[in-house]
Amino acid sequence: MPRSREGSPFTGLGPVFLKEFADHLSSARMMVLMLFVIVFGAFPVATSLQTLRTVVDPNSFIFLRIFTLESEQVGISFTAALNFIIPLMAIGLGFDAVNSEFNRRTLSRVLSQPIYRDALLLGKFLGGLATLAVALVALWLIVLGAGLLLLGVPPRGVEVARGLSFLVVAIAYGGVWLAIAMLFSVIFRSTATSALCALGVWLFFFILWPLLAGALLVGLAPSEIRSMDDYAAVQSMGLGLMRLSPGTLFSEAVLGLLSPETRTLGPMLPSQMRGAIMGAPLPFDQSVLLIWPQVTGLIAGMIVVFAAAYVIFQREEVRA
Amino acid sequence: MADNVIEVRGLLKLYGAQRAVNAIDLDIRRGEIFGLLGPNGAGKTTTILMLLGLTETSGGTVNVLGFDPVRQPLEVKRRVGYLPDAVGFYDHLTARENLVYTARLLDIPRRQIDGRILEALKSVKLDDVIDKRVSTFSRGMRQRLGIAEIVMKQAEVAILDEPTSGLDPHATFELLEMIRGLKKSGVAVLLSSHLLDRVQSVCDRVALFNKGNVALMGTVVELANQVLGAGHPLQVEASGVDVAATLNGIVGVQTVRQESDGSWRIVADRDVRAAVAQRIVSAGGALTRLADLQPSLEEVYTRYFQEARHAA
Ligand SMILES: Nc1ncnc2c1ncn2[C@@H]1O[C@H](COP(=O)(O)OP(=O)(O)OP(=O)(O)O)[C@@H](O)[C@H]1O
Ligand SMILES: [Mg+2]
Repeated sequence: MPRSREGSPFTGLGPVFLKEFADHLSSARMMVLMLFVIVFGAFPVATSLQTLRTVVDPNSFIFLRIFTLESEQVGISFTAALNFIIPLMAIGLGFDAVNSEFNRRTLSRVLSQPIYRDALLLGKFLGGLATLAVALVALWLIVLGAGLLLLGVPPRGVEVARGLSFLVVAIAYGGVWLAIAMLFSVIFRSTATSALCALGVWLFFFILWPLLAGALLVGLAPSEIRSMDDYAAVQSMGLGLMRLSPGTLFSEAVLGLLSPETRTLGPMLPSQMRGAIMGAPLPFDQSVLLIWPQVTGLIAGMIVVFAAAYVIFQREEVRA
Repeated sequence: MADNVIEVRGLLKLYGAQRAVNAIDLDIRRGEIFGLLGPNGAGKTTTILMLLGLTETSGGTVNVLGFDPVRQPLEVKRRVGYLPDAVGFYDHLTARENLVYTARLLDIPRRQIDGRILEALKSVKLDDVIDKRVSTFSRGMRQRLGIAEIVMKQAEVAILDEPTSGLDPHATFELLEMIRGLKKSGVAVLLSSHLLDRVQSVCDRVALFNKGNVALMGTVVELANQVLGAGHPLQVEASGVDVAATLNGIVGVQTVRQESDGSWRIVADRDVRAAVAQRIVSAGGALTRLADLQPSLEEVYTRYFQEARHAA
């Protein structure tokens, strides 16, 4: 490990970031990913717009419902579609971040320029994240534009604020998956293996983890449930397990932001019910407070995974 | 220090229990071309990576242009150009774009970038393909692009790992010319190679690596004296006389050995060419060849490792 090295670890961060960003934006892979998102996002949006055209209540958060409405024809909302598409995009952008440099034999040449490995890894991460952000912002604008055209009313200020917060949460969620993909790109020299592993984690969280969490809960819960308290304890344990999956954190945060009437995430305690009129929307700042733990959870996860990738990368031999 | 650009003392690299580099000492002088020679796995690449701070050292000290690559890698890498073994470039970018990226990493002022790239590519004769994608480049062109990167960097020291491996004779010749060009512009060059006769033609001094140790170090002539013994080897081709008998008694001649019909190899402790020629001619022989044999690195290398193997 470097013993008291000199010079900023961020020397060269800018050029790496710009190169990665430009490479991603001009790559064929980015086209495919965008196509993917548009195809998967267009159906839920189109059908919810169809439904929403008949709604005329000006006080309802009609724009937010474009994102969250689960139409009958498609059976999935736009945000639910994003919940599993964002990881795919992030994996697509990150799975070969470092190992492709090995395989092209560019790594030792680049690292022989005045730059620490820190800057290379962080630059690649930020480049990927910026690309993801561009894609999501574009998507968001398209949805908003479609809403404006078809609904004929402008969104209210608070809707825009909530929509923008949603965008930030979506980018953070993408960041977690980008970090996971990059971790595998550091561990495995073969890009195919690292893509496979990242996809494996994705499948694990989306298919296996709900089942596994259920099974774990059965094992961990007390055999008898005697009181309301016992019940609440089991409920929150189950929720805790589910929240280990970034997808859960994302969908909870989305729920809190885009469905303003949400008062609590997870089981509701009687104390929280007191004085709450069901259906009355929370003020924006209250909603943000509500989802704050989820957002910090996502960001913390992103940092932990990135740090793991960093530590492994520091120890790696540069020679191909 | 004044005259050494690289000073290595007791440099050590352990891979587990294996001593990949075993406490070596090296000095590279300003403006010279220094060759690292040795069989596969001798520790040349490992040494080079430690000089650049690209791999950790297990012991010893390194000083490159007054900086310590362990603690001040950025300072070292700003001043030293490196051409890795089998260098790679971004295939989807052009030669110019690849160098622009390096230039940005080097923080070269924007106004200078274009000029320096063009000049560097001209010096390696790649200026006509400046806007071609590197994916269309041959092995030799990539290698030259690597040299161009070092030229653009205006490095004070160039470290080249196996720069000629995989190149055809003509490309090798061209590359060695470019390495000489680097030296001419005042750059100290450290290179590792297997192509001994080629190395011999460009290197001022060489170090012979064996199993992590520097077995021999010095100029080619010095090494030859050390390994092959001091003396001037001569080759004589003549007919019509018994050369061995004729040369008997010339002061300085140590051995005379017939190599084939009409060809002898003579070793003397001084230059005896004039005396040899005179004896043969006056004995009525026809002297067809009298050559001073340059000690060849190939011979030194082969002999040294033969002896090392015998000793083991
Ligand atoms: N990452 C590693 N882990 C363990 N041993 C290693 C590692 N890298 C190199 N070695 C060992 O270190 C020794 C020196 O290797 P090095 O690559 O420096 O040799 P070299 O002289 O450059 O050989 P070549 O001419 O084949 O390039 C070898 O025995 C090699 O097996
Ligand atoms: Mg090597």
